[in-house]
Amino acid sequence: MIEFTPERELEAYREMLKIRRFEEKAGQLYGMGFIGGFCHLYIGQEAVVVGMQMSIDKGDQVITTYRDHGHMLACGMDPKGVMAELTGRRGGYSKGKGGSMHMFSLEKNFYGGHGIVGASAPLGSGLAFANKYRGNDRVCLTYFGDGAANQGQVYESFNMAKLWDLPVIYVIENNKYGMGTSIERSSATTDFSNRGASFDIKGEQVDGMDVRAVKEAGDKAVKRAREGGGPYILEMLTYRYRGHSMSDPAKYRTREEVQKVRQDSDPIEQVKKRIIADGIASADELKAIDKEMKAIAANAAEFAQADPEPDAAELYTDILR
Amino acid sequence: MATEILMPALSPTMEEGKLARWLVKEGDEIAAGDIIAEIETDKATMEIEAIEDGKLAKVLIAEGAEGVKVNTPIAIVLEDGEELDDTAAPEPAAAPTEPEPVAAPIEAPVSAPVVKAAIEGSKIFGDTAMVEVTVREALRDAMAEEMRRDEGVFVMGEEVAEYQGAYKVTQGLLAEFGEKRVIDTPITEHGFAGIAVGAAFAGLKPVVEFMTWNFAMQAIDHIINSAAKTLYMSGGQMSSSIVFRGPNGAASRVGAQHSQDYSSWYAQVPGLKVVAPYSAADAKGLLKAAIRDPNPIIFLEHEMVYGQSFEIPDVDDLIVPIGKAAIVRQGRDVTLVSFSRGMQLANEAAIILAEQGIDAEVIDLRTLRPLDMETVLTSVRKTNRIVTVEEAWPIASIGSEICSRVTCEAFDYLDAPPTKVNCKDVPMPYAANLEKLALPNVDDVVSAVKSVCYRDKA
Ligand SMILES: Cc1ncc(C[n+]2csc(CCOP(=O)(O)OP(=O)(O)O)c2C)c(N)n1
Ligand SMILES: [Mg+2]
Repeated sequence: MIEFTPERELEAYREMLKIRRFEEKAGQLYGMGFIGGFCHLYIGQEAVVVGMQMSIDKGDQVITTYRDHGHMLACGMDPKGVMAELTGRRGGYSKGKGGSMHMFSLEKNFYGGHGIVGASAPLGSGLAFANKYRGNDRVCLTYFGDGAANQGQVYESFNMAKLWDLPVIYVIENNKYGMGTSIERSSATTDFSNRGASFDIKGEQVDGMDVRAVKEAGDKAVKRAREGGGPYILEMLTYRYRGHSMSDPAKYRTREEVQKVRQDSDPIEQVKKRIIADGIASADELKAIDKEMKAIAANAAEFAQADPEPDAAELYTDILR
Repeated sequence: MATEILMPALSPTMEEGKLARWLVKEGDEIAAGDIIAEIETDKATMEIEAIEDGKLAKVLIAEGAEGVKVNTPIAIVLEDGEELDDTAAPEPAAAPTEPEPVAAPIEAPVSAPVVKAAIEGSKIFGDTAMVEVTVREALRDAMAEEMRRDEGVFVMGEEVAEYQGAYKVTQGLLAEFGEKRVIDTPITEHGFAGIAVGAAFAGLKPVVEFMTWNFAMQAIDHIINSAAKTLYMSGGQMSSSIVFRGPNGAASRVGAQHSQDYSSWYAQVPGLKVVAPYSAADAKGLLKAAIRDPNPIIFLEHEMVYGQSFEIPDVDDLIVPIGKAAIVRQGRDVTLVSFSRGMQLANEAAIILAEQGIDAEVIDLRTLRPLDMETVLTSVRKTNRIVTVEEAWPIASIGSEICSRVTCEAFDYLDAPPTKVNCKDVPMPYAANLEKLALPNVDDVVSAVKSVCYRDKA
């Protein structure tokens, strides 16, 4: 396992906490009726995007599913713009027209935010296709869930990605459930890192609750793809604490199961413990960081509530160019 | 600082709920993440978690209270060391500072009397005793009755068994029929639709639930190329007796990829029958008929109608024939034609129009393929005017088809151009104000009717 420098540890702590505080705020705003529709929180999975983001460079692309708030914050998108999209306001990344599941930022190379399960796999492979076509050394991080990993289009993508050696890294976020169905009930084989075997795409399982493990695996896979080694699969073993979306009563798992993961392997607590143990920062200093992250979430929420709704004329814009 | 815990919205369509149970009592210390109460919505019982640490100082809504509106304060929490000061009003937890149309509560459900009036007006069921059921229950009962009747009928789809259905339509089926006949699938629409069609080729009778019709776009090849065309291509040897069902159209604030109405897509395809009921009685009677039908049936439901209650006739075997429209309100001045949730708009508009002296005849198409044009044409020959109402996009819509056929087949009877009311010709926006603008509303229907009646806008 790689060791993080003190700066890296603190960066990981901040970035993961930023996502968690943001998501908690989003949950509150949903409960108050400011956010409508579906809202899928990322709480519990923070180490995956934060670790992977540390492995890529500016110019590399990221694409994911509807559980996208964490990815956007990790890509450096403005929390205010993300939250305002959640509340459907004009300052949101899609001018309020996309919502929680459909957000994009070309500037940050974040290609969405896709509501259809499985869709990110070929789309991400297509972004990688463009990299190869242009002859640059960019790679595309293509995220999808364990549930999505059963969609046929994933395997069609695998085949072409290997056939054409596309610089794509498939990051399968295995949080054990697709909605209310556990991986054991949905999948004939549950080692998703092995799902590229028939296409000769290598992969590995990674402790997705440990940000260092994520970065280590990410570094290797990114280097490989950048040097023309083609596609690779990283199966991130992770867990979501909240329901699938806000309206999920989550009766398919026990309270104890959730509690156990929280207590034993919370990604943020792990970093926090190391920071304290190694004397990188004091508990008070970490509290101050937490306060700062809470303020970022609170400011985003304030902006997202005060920002006006889109102008009525926006109904008819952006349909065709 | 004292904060109020507000009744949370737990789903896109929730407006109120029952505070089923408090799991903490006044005086208890609570930590962020603790479950403090259980809330029942029409779909499920949900747990609510504390957001901040503190002490539960006061319970404002007792357990068992029903119809608690979203955002009503339900309890007061104090931070460490604080005391409850009864004179000072607690600071509401970031009181929704929204005078504006923000968080506009999801579409008020149509009031019960309207629904009743519409059904009574139809006199479809004569003097039979009536019972009240929701559309959700009616659909479930239809499947259960047909499964009892025919061993070959089985239900498959995502989350239909253990989770009891993403929208709780298959509630209880697993318990009664077991996992052989109520089957949870992986998220692989194209695959399981094909497997179901294959099973139907072999004589089984699958009822395939799509979590929503938006996801059936993954499966549309099997629906059309395998299910719809095989009878023809095999010279009549082989077909599939299969029902594809699920919620269609716009739910609430779920954005462009989850809010599409596929009515006219499927209605265009020979080899399919397409059903889109509105009332609970039609949902039940048509689903039973669909399951018995030897052909592939597209059964379009509507999420926003699932929780709505209707009176339905209390009979053992309620069958509503596929292919027959219903006149749900008799009138002389104009024909209003709609289906599915559009019926809510048509019914409400008819009441408003009556107050203004316009007597609308309201037709619920119920089946979109084959279209019951006879009922529509007979009505138009009487009223000489027609307005169609639907939530789908306007181009090449069901309304387009009806207006075209009325123009061709009753041209001499028309006193005004046939007119359509549809949603706007845009992908569904997420923002509350834009979504509202995109969807058709009662005013749109009323003004369309006035224009075909050459009445000034009031
Ligand atoms: C094609 C399609 N089918 C079904 C859905 C409904 N749906 C949304 S998320 C989801 C579960 C996906 O689970 P997984 O891929 O494990 O991702 P997670 O939600 O766990 O992040 C389902 C069934 C959808 N959006 N798209
Ligand atoms: Mg999952």
